[in-house]
Amino acid sequence: MLLIPCPWCGPRDEAEFHYGGQAHVPYPQDPASLSDQEWARYLFFRDNPKGPFAERWSHAAGCRRWFNAVRDTATNEVLAVYRSGEERPATVEPRQAVSARPAFEDEALSGPIGGLGAEPPAGVEGAEPLQDGTGRGGGGETTQPFRHATRGRVDRDTPLTFTFDGTEYQGYRGDTLASALLANGVVQAGTSIKLGRPRGIFSAGVEEPNAVIQIEEPFPEPMLPATTVELYDGLVATSLPGQGRLATAPDPARYDAVHAHCDLLIVGAGPAGLAAAAAAARSGARVILADDQPEPGGSLLGTAEHLDWVREVTEQLDAAPEVRVLSRTTVFGYYDDNHLLAVERRTNHLGAQAPENVSRERVWRIRARRVVLATGAHERSLAFADNDRPGVMLASSARTHVNRHGALPGRHAVVFTTNDSAYAAALDLASAGLAVTAIVDTRPEPGEWAERARAAGIEVLAGHAVTGTQGGARLTAVTVAPYGESSGQREFAADLLLVSGGWNPVAHLFSQSGGKLRHDQTLGSFVPDSCRQAVEVAGSASGVLDPATVLAQGAAAGARAVEAEGYTPEAPRLPEVPAQPRPTAAMHVYVVPGDPDAPRFVDLQRDVTVDDLARATGAGLRSVEHTKRYTTAGTANDQGKTSGVLASGVVAELLGVDISALGTTTFRPPYTPVSFAALAGRDRGALSDPVRTTAIHEWHVAHGALFENVGQWKRPWYYPQDGEDMEAAVLRECRATRESVGFMDASTLGKIDVQGPDAGVFLDRLYTNMMSTLKVGMIRYGVMCRPDGMVFDDGTVIRVAQDRFLVTTTTGNAAAVLDWMEEWLQTEWPELKVHCTSVTEQWATVALVGPKSREVLGSLAPQLAVANDDFPFMAWRETTVAGIEARVCRISFSGELAYEINVSPWQGLALWEAVYEAGAPYGITPYGTETMHVLRAEKGYPIIGQDTDGTVTPQDLGMSWVVSKKKPDFIGKRSYARADTSRPDRKHLVGLLPEDPGTFLPEGTHLIADGVLLTPPVPMLGHVTSSYRSAALGRTFALALVKGGRDRIGERLYAPVGDRLVPVTVASPVLYDPEGARRDG
Amino acid sequence: MADTALTAPLRSPLSHIADRLAAATRTSGGAIRLAELPFLAQISVRLDAKGAAAEAVGLALDLQLPLQPNTVVRAGELTALWLGPDEWLLVGPPGSERDLESRIREAAGDEPVSVIDVSAQRTTLLVTGPRAHDLLAHGCPLDLHPRAFGPGRCAQTTLGRTQIVLVARDEPRAGFWVLVRSSFAGYLADWVLDAATEYV
Repeated sequence: MLLIPCPWCGPRDEAEFHYGGQAHVPYPQDPASLSDQEWARYLFFRDNPKGPFAERWSHAAGCRRWFNAVRDTATNEVLAVYRSGEERPATVEPRQAVSARPAFEDEALSGPIGGLGAEPPAGVEGAEPLQDGTGRGGGGETTQPFRHATRGRVDRDTPLTFTFDGTEYQGYRGDTLASALLANGVVQAGTSIKLGRPRGIFSAGVEEPNAVIQIEEPFPEPMLPATTVELYDGLVATSLPGQGRLATAPDPARYDAVHAHCDLLIVGAGPAGLAAAAAAARSGARVILADDQPEPGGSLLGTAEHLDWVREVTEQLDAAPEVRVLSRTTVFGYYDDNHLLAVERRTNHLGAQAPENVSRERVWRIRARRVVLATGAHERSLAFADNDRPGVMLASSARTHVNRHGALPGRHAVVFTTNDSAYAAALDLASAGLAVTAIVDTRPEPGEWAERARAAGIEVLAGHAVTGTQGGARLTAVTVAPYGESSGQREFAADLLLVSGGWNPVAHLFSQSGGKLRHDQTLGSFVPDSCRQAVEVAGSASGVLDPATVLAQGAAAGARAVEAEGYTPEAPRLPEVPAQPRPTAAMHVYVVPGDPDAPRFVDLQRDVTVDDLARATGAGLRSVEHTKRYTTAGTANDQGKTSGVLASGVVAELLGVDISALGTTTFRPPYTPVSFAALAGRDRGALSDPVRTTAIHEWHVAHGALFENVGQWKRPWYYPQDGEDMEAAVLRECRATRESVGFMDASTLGKIDVQGPDAGVFLDRLYTNMMSTLKVGMIRYGVMCRPDGMVFDDGTVIRVAQDRFLVTTTTGNAAAVLDWMEEWLQTEWPELKVHCTSVTEQWATVALVGPKSREVLGSLAPQLAVANDDFPFMAWRETTVAGIEARVCRISFSGELAYEINVSPWQGLALWEAVYEAGAPYGITPYGTETMHVLRAEKGYPIIGQDTDGTVTPQDLGMSWVVSKKKPDFIGKRSYARADTSRPDRKHLVGLLPEDPGTFLPEGTHLIADGVLLTPPVPMLGHVTSSYRSAALGRTFALALVKGGRDRIGERLYAPVGDRLVPVTVASPVLYDPEGARRDG
Repeated sequence: MADTALTAPLRSPLSHIADRLAAATRTSGGAIRLAELPFLAQISVRLDAKGAAAEAVGLALDLQLPLQPNTVVRAGELTALWLGPDEWLLVGPPGSERDLESRIREAAGDEPVSVIDVSAQRTTLLVTGPRAHDLLAHGCPLDLHPRAFGPGRCAQTTLGRTQIVLVARDEPRAGFWVLVRSSFAGYLADWVLDAATEYV
């Protein structure tokens, strides 16, 4: 959502504005002097540059001012705005892209690059050693054999019962479905989508490609990563064969949305995000900290480090009045002008206990002055043989399951890594009691971390790689060989293989913001570089993995952001980070040599292997965007979070190029799947679109009216009685109105008050006919056209006073007509002293129609002289009707004697009821829009938008009389001299009479010349625009636009209806009372 | 007009929803208060802010028309809302529209002004209480923080899917006036009542 700065109101959401096309295209001084070509150039030709473009905009939902904006058409950035009539600013500089890590060069890299901490958390030494192969262990709990005795942040006092694939299990509050399954010894959580291979829990977060499950109860929801589903009592879930099922019943939960504004939005409450928030918290700046987990801490929850500091900062944030911490909230989209969307999961974790009046999910529409992205990093996988067996897991994720949830993903682990970070995980897991049999490191010299592991009794196989795995529902063994060789294989028994291929900064949101990524040689991945929006990236999202640097960078980014907004940040206390082993550079490995017959999966969720990508490059594809579409790698609902960079690396190897030259595929919102229910929010059912009603609406409802939508208005369509169908009801309403009297609610017509000394001049320019000569007290029908001469709207104009007119518009076009008037006034004719104001709802209007309408009006308005001579057609009078102050207009849209009585809507219902009562002796009949349409069509009155489609001139409608020959110019006039508008074969509005008076022509039916269907293409002469059954004519009839129609009156044409050709006769559009005696009498 | 009042009591656009607004107010336990303020006099005034009429009208009403965009000026029972550089909405107590209209016309004399009674064009919904801001944030894209939209501010914007004129009342925490086109009032009231679900 762009933020467009209105020159008057300041920055507002783009949705408040209307686009008006290229600016500085003035209306020609003297259109009559232009050649057809010059006029056509003015009408139809506009620039279409790449880059800065001056445009007209209207603040339509605000101050209704037209103004000009210079917008860069390549970036959508609004470079300048200026008022209508002002010169375009000379030079306008686009925003410069700035570094996503502006002070990076200045920041002391206080620690070495490496994994996030290695010190085992305090208080875990008591972990009991695990017994081999018994399937029991951890705390010795009988129901959760893989539950660690002490570790984890789960609430062991709140056991929860859940069901997975029909088996009942126990877990704890604080578990995810994945961790609870692991604690129960369940690793396999599904089968793969194409190959049906067993797949296990692979991660501990949103990046999960495998464990995508279906929730069955309390409400069916497909394809949720089990690693993100918080466990609740009574949860029933099933594994999926890669694809879920949508619910067939409507979702009963409530979903809503809110708008939020802040000086600083921090995405991610890990170490960097918390440090940023701590720096900003007490500055007075408005800060939102959004994090997708139930509690702050991010990666620290997984490593169980610095948790006292996390608590300290959390308390500080809770106490700060201008800080809002949104937990369980995923920021999923980053749009223009720092507009970000997030979804908050508010009651999902409560299961059946969720309160009904609280929305289940809430979409946050956040407009932030500045953004700090502290979104962390995802561990990357490696493409080795049979790398998809249940029990293969990302190294840091295993650590998270143990420290955060107290769930053991296995008992005998082998670690396969290309970098230092997996050592910290291995050491920590070993201290938790897992048997880490070996660390397999592709690097020939793994350095100090390897020494530390060896010191802890773990065998380190340097320069080795995993070349294969064994197992079915669970991993049983891992085969290892020297890297790149097939000899010297060793096999390890293991139920867990921990993998680390390096780290990918979570750059999704940054990329969505328009930020550019660059390849980082040290990291072997893509990191944020620069962006034109006010965003910084901090922590491992920026590619920095060293904990001290992560914290410092977060604090600096938070401080810089609030400082830039005029607040004074403080230096927050950051935790002491213990000394780390000296790092050894990571090795960038993507494809691992191994068994040539075993699949090496790149995208687990889409079952895409290295061989699949090789087929893509073999077919000549050279871009990762193309290999993605060829193989579907990265297109599943995990959007390739663990596989995207891996796929790029594999493709680079296959093509023999460097990965930096390939880049990544484009990141698009949403970052994680968002349900349609959440996006729809409350804009469903009755609230999906505004319903406009008149002051008399309740009466229509009470009297059984069926309604028609006209724009957003609900208009009575017809009033069926005693089991009448529509045809019978409409025929009855038409007959009653033509024979005696009917009445309808005409309040929905648009009404615009046009006031000022130049009002007459203004209307003369807008309408095709002359308005300035209208006398006060009289009314004139008028037509408005676009400059191309095509009819745009019609209605009546009442002269209220010398300098005041009341213009009516069609119901659906009121806003467009007012916009149109304002555009001309403000941009072309600012010298005219005239103002236009909508008064549509200031009046309720009752149309009183039929030969007895004069009697009814007379009885209600004793002071009004209603005789034809006193109150002629196209006059208006002020009087009281039923004791209510009223303006009565004698106009007719039916061809009958008719009046429109206008009163305050506060008294509209009273007037309506009085008319109903006074008309009772004449059998007064309420009628709806359908009867109105029939009556007007019998008279050949067109409805703009039904009988016209923007390609029809007044002359085409047979209304040359409404086009002034006297006025020097009006909008559209020049176009009537164009060759195209004076062609004899233009489509004219004509009447059509089916030869069988009972045959009904559907609207839209084509018309052709021949009574036998020729081989297509058959020349089309026109089409039916309106079609009805007429009570007055005792037959069906239609209006149609027909080529040269007026010259065909009396001709027979054919209308293909279904498989029949219906013969019809072309007639004058005026089929009823052509002399107008009824209307004028 | 006298006999009119006898024969036809006035009905406001939200009269049929008054009970539901009152019920929501009651059950919210003070969190929000919703009520229609019906029949307020509303006059649209269009004139050249730099012309003679601006000053004359100001004197006649004893109220300076606000020149700062999106602000209001209050004097006695009158509130003048800036709607555009040459456009104001004057809001006064019910029944005062004729008097206001004629006072403005008289003051303007021969100056080209446009004065229109638009009292029935919009109705006014009072939204107040400690959760008023949260309630409106469900559908109003504007920043309603007291720093950005405190007393003295007004704005034409959108709420839900309809246009409104939003006015911050003159006391901090006194909530808002939501002026809405009468034909949209029923929709907006339904929308607001639904948005209030969590607070009642």
